Amino acid sequence: MFEKKWSFRRVKELLIEKTIFFCGIASIIFVILIFIFLAKETIPLFKSLPISKFLFGHRWYPSTESPHLGILPLIMGSLFVTLGAIVIAVPLGVACAFYVSEIAPVKIKYTLKAIIELLAAIPSVVLGFIGMVTLVPLIKKIFHLPTGLTAFSGSIMLAFMAMPTIVSIAEDAINAVPSRYKEAAMALGATQWQMLWRVVSKAASSGIVAAVMLGIGRVFGETMAVMMITGNAAHIPHSIFQPVRTLTATIAAEMGETVRGSEHYYALFAIGIVLFIVSFIINLIADFAVHRGRNE
Amino acid sequence: MKIFTKYLLLSFLFLVFQTGFAHGKEMTLQVKGSDTMVNLGQAWAEEFMKRHPQVYIAVTGGGSGTGIAALISGTCDIAEASRTIKSKEIQMAQANGIEPEEFITALDGIAIVVNPENRLNQLTISELADIFTGRIKNWKELGGENLEIVLLSREVTSGTHVFFREHVIKKGDKNNPDEFSPSALLMPSSQAIAEEIALNPNAIGYYGMGYTGDRQKTLAIAKDKSSTYYEPTIENVMQGYYYISRPLLIYTKGKPQGLVKDFMDFIFSDDGQRIVRELDFVPIK
Repeated sequence: MFEKKWSFRRVKELLIEKTIFFCGIASIIFVILIFIFLAKETIPLFKSLPISKFLFGHRWYPSTESPHLGILPLIMGSLFVTLGAIVIAVPLGVACAFYVSEIAPVKIKYTLKAIIELLAAIPSVVLGFIGMVTLVPLIKKIFHLPTGLTAFSGSIMLAFMAMPTIVSIAEDAINAVPSRYKEAAMALGATQWQMLWRVVSKAASSGIVAAVMLGIGRVFGETMAVMMITGNAAHIPHSIFQPVRTLTATIAAEMGETVRGSEHYYALFAIGIVLFIVSFIINLIADFAVHRGRNE
Repeated sequence: MKIFTKYLLLSFLFLVFQTGFAHGKEMTLQVKGSDTMVNLGQAWAEEFMKRHPQVYIAVTGGGSGTGIAALISGTCDIAEASRTIKSKEIQMAQANGIEPEEFITALDGIAIVVNPENRLNQLTISELADIFTGRIKNWKELGGENLEIVLLSREVTSGTHVFFREHVIKKGDKNNPDEFSPSALLMPSSQAIAEEIALNPNAIGYYGMGYTGDRQKTLAIAKDKSSTYYEPTIENVMQGYYYISRPLLIYTKGKPQGLVKDFMDFIFSDDGQRIVRELDFVPIK
């Protein structure tokens, strides 16, 4: 009797253990499956098109009789928009995180945090729409451009989207700095600015780097808003004030209508792989930064 | 406990039954395809359903390519298309045992639009091709103001884009190497083009004549300098005077039968063609 009960418990234990184990590795399995699927749909393309021609080709004319499938203009487009957004969002976001966690009075702190989190909840299509009717005409007017649908407009809008990510993660990192560091700095006669700049920012640097990387990831992968306001011209941009087409917008705009099994179809999956690899690298750097911080 | 299970099973069956016959109609038709034609298809479907209450017709867009792909894979009964089916697509359909049958249901003029502030009123096809390939970069080269030209185009997968490339940029010659300028802005919808044209005096764009409004100026088009310039009006397209016009097509699986045939007959009836005119497209008779 006793033995039977014991074995039942063991089976139960084992079952629970295995279930939890499966939940744990499920995400890994999914990532691997996604990668295999993307790779499978991509391979037929590279039978007829060398990888270098795909990555560094200057012309993206996917639907012509003999298609040109060079994604350099699209890579440059994504790069321009992302760089612009980061230049705007990182100083703003990090400064905002410092203000929220170290300087702001309690009342303002909680209001600010709530509003920043609300910003993260706005759907990107709504931001894109607002950008299209307000920001785009404004940019055209201010910079005397032929059109306001430019990489710069996209950068500004995406900076808004990356802000909540950067602020909340950077703020966590700053909060995690032990108060004895700050107290020690103050005791040595440092002003608040000296303490924030020389002590807190150094101690929280790994977390801040992670925040920035995740912000970059957010911007790089954004689709809807950039599709609506960057103009979608697949040429190699010479300045940030020109229209660009990003990798994500290309997939979103063209996937619906490609003929399954055509070169164009496979090329869109190949773009998916490029996106996958880039965001993988970005996350890896963020992860590396966090671990380095912990080990120090 | 047993009774509970029984009830659960029953209610589940009921649910399945109910969703299966959600519309309470015995016959359904799936129509899919061209975004240009989706409003037209919807209008036809609504009128047809009013006359045949037992029928339900679902009309969705997505683009000509999407519609034809759905016809090939068997997920729709009727495909709407603003371009003709490609030989590759016919082969794929035949491989699936489907013989696509083509019908011209209406005509559409593609309007060339600019901002109302633009001084130009007319263009020839070759001027238009020079603009959209990027050979002409400033409005002053055509007698307009000193403003850089901003090109607005539909997405590469749009039937309108494909038609414009073949008939304006390549001027109907398949071996013509000309292409859209890479700096052309690819807009997600005709509405987005109309919006940008209304706000931007530098811009030029194209879309189906049904979308034209007061906030855009429509240009008259001539085949060459010595021909007459025509505006994209219903009469001009019907008579074949307006150069940039195209047929709006419907593809069915083989010869239409049963419900599909009834629907096609309705489209070609006087009432069906009246709906075409109401939506600012051009009837075929």
